[in-house]
Amino acid sequence: MFTSVDDVRARLAESGYLASPAVATTVFLADRLGKPLLVEGPAGVGKTELAKAVAQVAGARLVRLQCYEGVDESRALYEWNHAKQLLRISAGRDETWDETRTDIFSEEFLLPRPLLAAIRGDEPTVLLIDETDKADVEVEGLLLEVLSDFQVTVPELGTITASRRPFVVLTSNASRELSEALRRRCLFLHIDFPEEELERRIVRLKVPGIEAALAESVVRVIGALRAMDLRKAPSVAETIDWARTLLALGATALDENVVRDSLGVILKHQDDILKAGAKLDLDAV
Amino acid sequence: MSAEAADRLVGLVAALRAHGLRVGTGETVDAAEAAAALGFADRDLLREGLAATLLHSPDQRRVFDTVFDLYFPHGVGAPAGEPGDRDDLRDRLAAALADDDAAMLARLAIEAVDGLGGYGSSPGADGWSSYQTLERLRPQTLLARVREDLRARGGDAGFADRLLEDEIRRRIESFRSLVAGEARRRVAERRGRDEIARRAVAPTADRVDFLYAGKDRLAELRRTVQPLARKLATRMAARRRRAARGTIDLRRTLRGSLSTGGVPMRPVLRRRRPARPELVLLCDVSGSVSGFSDFTMLLVQALHDQFSKVRVFAFVNRIDEVTGLLEHGAADPEGLGARIRAEATLTGYHGSSDYGVALGEFVERYGAAVGPRTTVFLLGDARTNMSDPNLAALRRIAGQARHVHWLNPEPRSLWGTGDSAAPEYAGAVAMHECRNAHQLGLLVSRLLPV
Repeated sequence: MFTSVDDVRARLAESGYLASPAVATTVFLADRLGKPLLVEGPAGVGKTELAKAVAQVAGARLVRLQCYEGVDESRALYEWNHAKQLLRISAGRDETWDETRTDIFSEEFLLPRPLLAAIRGDEPTVLLIDETDKADVEVEGLLLEVLSDFQVTVPELGTITASRRPFVVLTSNASRELSEALRRRCLFLHIDFPEEELERRIVRLKVPGIEAALAESVVRVIGALRAMDLRKAPSVAETIDWARTLLALGATALDENVVRDSLGVILKHQDDILKAGAKLDLDAV
Repeated sequence: MSAEAADRLVGLVAALRAHGLRVGTGETVDAAEAAAALGFADRDLLREGLAATLLHSPDQRRVFDTVFDLYFPHGVGAPAGEPGDRDDLRDRLAAALADDDAAMLARLAIEAVDGLGGYGSSPGADGWSSYQTLERLRPQTLLARVREDLRARGGDAGFADRLLEDEIRRRIESFRSLVAGEARRRVAERRGRDEIARRAVAPTADRVDFLYAGKDRLAELRRTVQPLARKLATRMAARRRRAARGTIDLRRTLRGSLSTGGVPMRPVLRRRRPARPELVLLCDVSGSVSGFSDFTMLLVQALHDQFSKVRVFAFVNRIDEVTGLLEHGAADPEGLGARIRAEATLTGYHGSSDYGVALGEFVERYGAAVGPRTTVFLLGDARTNMSDPNLAALRRIAGQARHVHWLNPEPRSLWGTGDSAAPEYAGAVAMHECRNAHQLGLLVSRLLPV
């Protein structure tokens, strides 16, 4: 899919995703070694965006499995279409049982769910397993087979093996420790808050029309806030929101009033806002 | 891959394992494949590639980076050219700090260690010291100069100007760690890589001894409280779910089977009432163990919704309730210890800890806080300064409570040495060694009642 790390970076940038060297290297390796990519990091640094961007540059189909507590085999892997099977049985009234049985457990009655759908296709595919940590431990066992051999066993049909390996991205917010077995099968990528220079470029890309000086001040203030001990440090998503807000307010430079009024965009807890206000000397005015 | 490169990689993996990272052979092979795909030309790419294949969690990164710098150094030996003198280095450092020029800072760190960090002249006793380098160079004194320089250059920078000092401070801080890394590299060339990688690399935050953790390591630890609490909470919730499935209630199953002629068609499961336990924490907050106590208090507070009631008491030689100071949201983790010491009555006539008196006072004043549903955690090193340990009071607490556990931040081998009354107390209640956050997490998930 990619020829070099620079190729990854350039092509992701074309699709509007500015990758840090760590991200570009790991994506390149995931493609080259054919291993799934486990992405962790704080909320709002672009974990899901990364999968979408990869799908876009590779011209691949994006299959997404959103995990939640209680997601199970029939939601993740496959399910038999019972209603259709019943119709089929009642339609073929004078058949023998053997004929019916072989017929209703065929591909026609199989409802593929994301994992199976990603494996079965012939076209290039990006499989995004979002918020893996929300799923129960049992689902991890299911993922192990799919992610190590890229095959799915359906008892009535046999084993379905991928003709073309999908590019797999798993994301996690680390609310639960994923099992060691799953981690071992994946390349690990921790996306942290970006470097100042990269974040400036992200802001200018996502918020066209913002002036360079304003973008720089925004990123510097956000950087100072992240260095503080806050309950929820502002993420890239908040930086972009804030830049958009400032643009909408018609601000051309930061000053006490503007910052005080718009601090709620970047900080989501009252005590964080108070703390930041003290740090930035907002009350001195 | 050449044999030498493979040796290098295996040495790196062995050093990581020595620091408690679990790296399997499969990952080592992956790392080698990654190195082959990326090549050795670009060191940063190689670093990221190896990190992606060898690591499993973000807190291992710090150890990995230091070890990587030793096994794949940016160069060998001293830098080319004559080392500049101190004033010249300071001038160039000030300029690099003002420009935030990372490449230049890295080069200056190399030159500084080479020029200022060397000590000793006889082989075997010589080496390079980051401490000596920084003492001579004193980069922190450049703050004002860099600030004035930047202000003069940028004119009126507006609002963000007030952040300038902190930013420069952070740059200086990163320069200091560059110097430390460079000194480590030079020493490793002299003394052997493997030895330095095992001894001179700071462990991951959750394996730092509470008793010896410096201020910055404790701050780093505090940031792990919330994620750790969240993990423990999900682990406990899973245990509770499993427990709720329960066993068959034979009496009710047989009773129900009467309607089906004595055949038990519908088994009835024993229903468990999820009892939310009460928790009482008794924390020694005297100087020696306060880092440990503060961390544990924050952790328990973060877990507060797992319990019906949490009460926290702090003592040095008097005991006082501090539950109110830990209220959710109001607790500023940084100043917690200081606030407890300022607002609660913890000391009587003298300032050293006295477990006997504190336990006695607890039984007397707050005895009612401990009931049959209460689990009591005692945190402290059991060093009573030679006074009476008052075992009777501890036995009374143990008699009233459901469980009593004592978490001791000292290594087991030190229990009973000097003024430690640990063996006596351990005879009365279960005492556990709890030296670092890793052990604490394991203990909490094992000992907390569900």
